[in-house]
Amino acid sequence: MELIQYILIVVFLVSTIVGYLLINNVPSRLHTPLMSGMNALSGVTILGALLATATALQSNTPVAGYIFGSLAIILAMVNVAGGFAVTNRMLRMFGKKKDSKDDE
Amino acid sequence: MMNSAVLLTFSTANVLSDTVYYLLCGLLAVAVLLGIHLMSKVQKAQYGNKISALAIALGIIITLVKKDIIPVWVVYPAMAVGMAIGLILARRVRMIEMPQLVALLNGVGGAASAIVASFAFAELYQGEDLFGRSTAALAVVVGAITFFGSLVAAGKLHKLLPQKPVVMPLHQPISLFTLLVLLVLVAWGGFFTVTAAAGLLAAMIVFSTLFGIVFSVRVGGADMPITISLLNSLSGVAAAIAGFAVNDVLLVSVGGIVGASGLFLTQIMCRAMNRNLLDILLGKTTLLEKRDEAEEVPEVVQEVEEKEPVDPLTIIRSARKVIIVPGYGMALAQAQHLVKKLAAWMAGNGASVKYAIHPVAGRMPGHMDVLLIEAGVPFEDVYEMDDINEEFQEAELTIVVGANDVLNPAARNAHGTPIYGMPILNVDHCKNVVFFNYDLQPGYSGVENPIYKRKEGVWIIQGDASVTLADVLSQLS
Repeated sequence: MELIQYILIVVFLVSTIVGYLLINNVPSRLHTPLMSGMNALSGVTILGALLATATALQSNTPVAGYIFGSLAIILAMVNVAGGFAVTNRMLRMFGKKKDSKDDE
Repeated sequence: MMNSAVLLTFSTANVLSDTVYYLLCGLLAVAVLLGIHLMSKVQKAQYGNKISALAIALGIIITLVKKDIIPVWVVYPAMAVGMAIGLILARRVRMIEMPQLVALLNGVGGAASAIVASFAFAELYQGEDLFGRSTAALAVVVGAITFFGSLVAAGKLHKLLPQKPVVMPLHQPISLFTLLVLLVLVAWGGFFTVTAAAGLLAAMIVFSTLFGIVFSVRVGGADMPITISLLNSLSGVAAAIAGFAVNDVLLVSVGGIVGASGLFLTQIMCRAMNRNLLDILLGKTTLLEKRDEAEEVPEVVQEVEEKEPVDPLTIIRSARKVIIVPGYGMALAQAQHLVKKLAAWMAGNGASVKYAIHPVAGRMPGHMDVLLIEAGVPFEDVYEMDDINEEFQEAELTIVVGANDVLNPAARNAHGTPIYGMPILNVDHCKNVVFFNYDLQPGYSGVENPIYKRKEGVWIIQGDASVTLADVLSQLS
């Protein structure tokens, strides 16, 4: 195994532990936006999709690279954009009611 | 390592030195954690979400630069198409459809990870990189399971598929067997290179598909929140493992965060429902053991109903301290606006009105809160179970709209029933309770609700809550 792979394992462990600890503080009324936000974050696989597509285009089967690479990028992007946008839409509702009540 | 410098006459990889790149990755991971942390406060949650989104956007940019992808023009139209579809979905979806949207988005994320990992697997297959190869194989499997499992869950939630749990003969042996085959395939792909990569990939995808479907198809309505949360966690895990396969530090980090927090959220929900995660994974469906003693309920109830037909209105008019308990039935009947009207009428009449929400009411945790707040209920009036449970005994009236199991007192003492031990809303401590429920059938748990039989202070208005509530409202005004 290379050095980077050991680093990756450490990064993975630290991220999981901190992520695990943070969730405990989120109140259950925010669990739906939280889940859709986490869901958007899992679209971070877009980074892998970009990388894999660029690599596959130089392999000896670039056509498969085009097709599946584009597919992966589209899917990941749907996940990221849709997830963040819909979370934002929900959270705006939570925010708005607070303001309007203050105004009264 | 994966790099695409060959295409270019110049490379942008040197614009960011390794040190700077890893530093930026670290900063972005911290930004994502900060974003999640801000989600714990209603007022700040919006900023949290924006920070997370910005972190991912910057992550895309530094990846394009560092890995020399900027001149690979194919990626831009694909990104634009994906973004357009995502934004349209986010804009069009109705709030009641949120669970299926989340399930669907989970699925596409899982599919993307599976494709990424397939590329990496094919690329690494001839090489010496055991770690890369086995993580790639594992990511293909987890990603594909996430995709198909989520599709089934979304289909059920959107009523494209039957919502009842589908249990095949030998369901459990089949799922265990499929899982075993998958483990063997992953090990095979990681350690041996005797079979052709394409064949192995195909086998992995076929069996992952099978497992994803077998796993999701037997999940019934009430276990759905847990399943979605679990699939959410899995899509993060798939991304993280794919990140191992392509050596991308940000992917590993953010994927890990999502995977771990998703799992934790799943545990929270399991605790709120008194369900064992392993039981759900192995498909011990609660539905199987139900309906032995429920027959006598309707007659008793009708008796109560006929005895005091007008009283609910009197009590609604006179109560000064009211708690409203909404359940999924309210969402199904689209009655949240009427509930809010009723609350407004009572508030105008001088009553204090609060809403009490069980942590797993609905088809997704927190779903009721979103629906109520969309209808215009101020979130200050919406209380979580632990914050309001003591108040039921002082309240003069509790109004239940489309909820049953989350307030079933049998959970306290009916040993051996699926809901035994589940924390519930103490609606039975309230002296007056008015139900707007569709029927008096037991909920998913199959356990009859003893409150329905109470002789004093219980009124049950059966029917579609959007009709019955409108009726009551018109009589009040």
